[in-house]
Amino acid sequence: MAVSVDEAVSAGPARDRTPPARSLGGRGHAALEIALLTVLAVVMLFPVLWMIETSIKENRDVYAVPAQFFGFTVTMDHFKDVFVAPGGGRSALSVAFLNSVVVAGVSTVLATVLGVPAAWAYSRFAVKAKKDQLFFILSTRFMPPVVVVIPIFLMYRQVGLIDSKLGLILIYTAFNVPFTIWMMKGFVDEVPAEYEDAAMLDGYTRVQAFRRFTLPLLVPGIAATAVFALIFSWNEFVFAIFLTSSDSVRTAPPAIAGLIGGTTTDWGLVAAASVVFALPVLVFAYLVRKHLVAGVTLGAVRR
Amino acid sequence: MGTVAVHGLCKSFGKVQALDGVTLDVPDGSFFVVLGPSGAGKTTTLRAIAGLEKLDAGSVHLDGRDATGDAPAARDLAMVFQNYALYPRHTAYENIASPLRARRCSSSEIAAAVERMSNLLHIERLLQRRPAQLSGGEMQRVALARALVRHPRAFLMDEPLTNLDLKLRVEMRTELTRIHRSLGATFVYVTNDQVEALSMADQVAVLKEGKVQQVGTPTEVYERPANQWVAGFVGSPPISLLACHAEGDRLVGAQGWTLPRPRWTTAEDGRALLLGLRAEDLSVEQHGDASLSGELYGLEPLGDRTVVDVRVGTEILKVKARPTVTGTTGQRLLVTVDLDRAHLFDAGTGLSLSQAGR
Ligand SMILES: Nc1ncnc2c1ncn2[C@@H]1O[C@H](COP(=O)(O)OP(=O)(O)O)[C@@H](O)[C@H]1O
Ligand SMILES: [Mg+2]
Repeated sequence: MAVSVDEAVSAGPARDRTPPARSLGGRGHAALEIALLTVLAVVMLFPVLWMIETSIKENRDVYAVPAQFFGFTVTMDHFKDVFVAPGGGRSALSVAFLNSVVVAGVSTVLATVLGVPAAWAYSRFAVKAKKDQLFFILSTRFMPPVVVVIPIFLMYRQVGLIDSKLGLILIYTAFNVPFTIWMMKGFVDEVPAEYEDAAMLDGYTRVQAFRRFTLPLLVPGIAATAVFALIFSWNEFVFAIFLTSSDSVRTAPPAIAGLIGGTTTDWGLVAAASVVFALPVLVFAYLVRKHLVAGVTLGAVRR
Repeated sequence: MGTVAVHGLCKSFGKVQALDGVTLDVPDGSFFVVLGPSGAGKTTTLRAIAGLEKLDAGSVHLDGRDATGDAPAARDLAMVFQNYALYPRHTAYENIASPLRARRCSSSEIAAAVERMSNLLHIERLLQRRPAQLSGGEMQRVALARALVRHPRAFLMDEPLTNLDLKLRVEMRTELTRIHRSLGATFVYVTNDQVEALSMADQVAVLKEGKVQQVGTPTEVYERPANQWVAGFVGSPPISLLACHAEGDRLVGAQGWTLPRPRWTTAEDGRALLLGLRAEDLSVEQHGDASLSGELYGLEPLGDRTVVDVRVGTEILKVKARPTVTGTTGQRLLVTVDLDRAHLFDAGTGLSLSQAGR
């Protein structure tokens, strides 16, 4: 038992024992598989490619009819426009990105700090009506944000949280904590309680035992959970557009959406802003990909 | 000092009653073995003593002081877990050092103590390895070292030798007995292996389904089992049990045999009884007046002896014989019984009826 957890946590590639791809049999089938996968890849990736391409095209090529897929002039002007205002100084979009970083980052940290100990408690202790409590916690995620946005709006207006970063941070944390508890409980369940038992007999308190011996084993799970929480907060649109209005508070999703509309739409700027918006999560997920895969297979799926 | 006394321990997990009124008194410095089959509640008993299990009822006294609600760290006990529970991220060295680190010992003290332990348990070479790089026997010894590295009130050991291969197990038995003597500490040792219990214990408590069946020295438990179940669980080959009843000065077997009634039985005529006969109290070679007739059913050569299975009616008697014994299946045999060493149990309650007259 001790062995398997450790291996699962530390050895990245060694664990990657995916079953051999199920062949449909014969060459014809293989060709069909490849064809279908190619179609799927094109359908999935084309919008992404188009976005990237638009972000580096000159305006002339962006609006060209018929559309120019190859042979356009490359420019970085749109990216400059994302960060620098037309008259010089910081652009509204760059402020929005900064707001997104703060709101998503802080709410993810808060959700993790609150959710991990809660998950540990639900996993280790005999809590009264544990199943009902866990179901209740999960049930808060059943409804889409848009259902609660009006009451939240009214409440926030009363307490003065409207149009503030703190307001967004709190609501994102509230949305992420249940998810964190659920996902982390799976990971904590995987770590034998006996390490903590042994530590307590060694002379540590229960909390010390958790911190010193269980928490390090949970790092992959925490990383995986935090990425999901971060993605939620980073992408969130409904609360952001209803609860914030000023440029100094607004996060990136409503700010980018705000670029569309009006008499003309600067598609090059929209595309460049979208690329900048998509990058951080991709980079972050890439950095923790080992934990992410180990984490997802260890905690959430195997249970 | 290191006395451990538990009284009336009760613990249930859902519908399973793991402990049902367990009372044990472990004297200071003794090697106290809790013996029972898997699922008897041995681990739960140890965990209750250690303070890892919330009890439904009962009390734990350490050195005469009520410690029932104390946190594990406050009880000053060391435990070897059934599956070691070595910290997977830590080296063997750090695992052994852990109890000392918790007590904020200096690193020179720790180094000295770990070295002493690694010499004692022959794990010098393994200190820099992690649990995943250790074999079962090696993990076992590291777990023992982690417990033995300090001087707690008592050591709790949960089947520490079960996962070892036979040779190592026999070695470690002697080793542990030696360590116990040299430390003079109290050991509460859990096992399902009756040989371990009989060879190592000062006192044995036999546990079954969360109830203590008998407490006594190994000799007492073996020679005077309190009930039929203990008689069957302790001893190898297992005791043979024959259904019978008393009739005047004779014992009449359900399979039609008769034997002289042992003088010491107090059972009234007609009461359903079980006659318990250990393999070494039976013989196919000598001939006395108390004997049973049956046929050879099988031979089990064990090197230093051979166990002869003799069928009496539909019941099987296990008889210890010299290793040279031979025979063919179905051959008639006369089995001589040492009635002075036989056991009688009430067939209904299973309780021993032998105690009174001896
Ligand atoms: N944490 C637990 N949850 C549910 N049942 C348990 C738990 N611990 C022990 N049990 C049950 O209690 C009984 C005694 O268990 P245990 O003390 O581990 O026995 P032993 O160590 O003698 O094999 C068993 O039937 C076991 O299934
Ligand atoms: Mg056990």
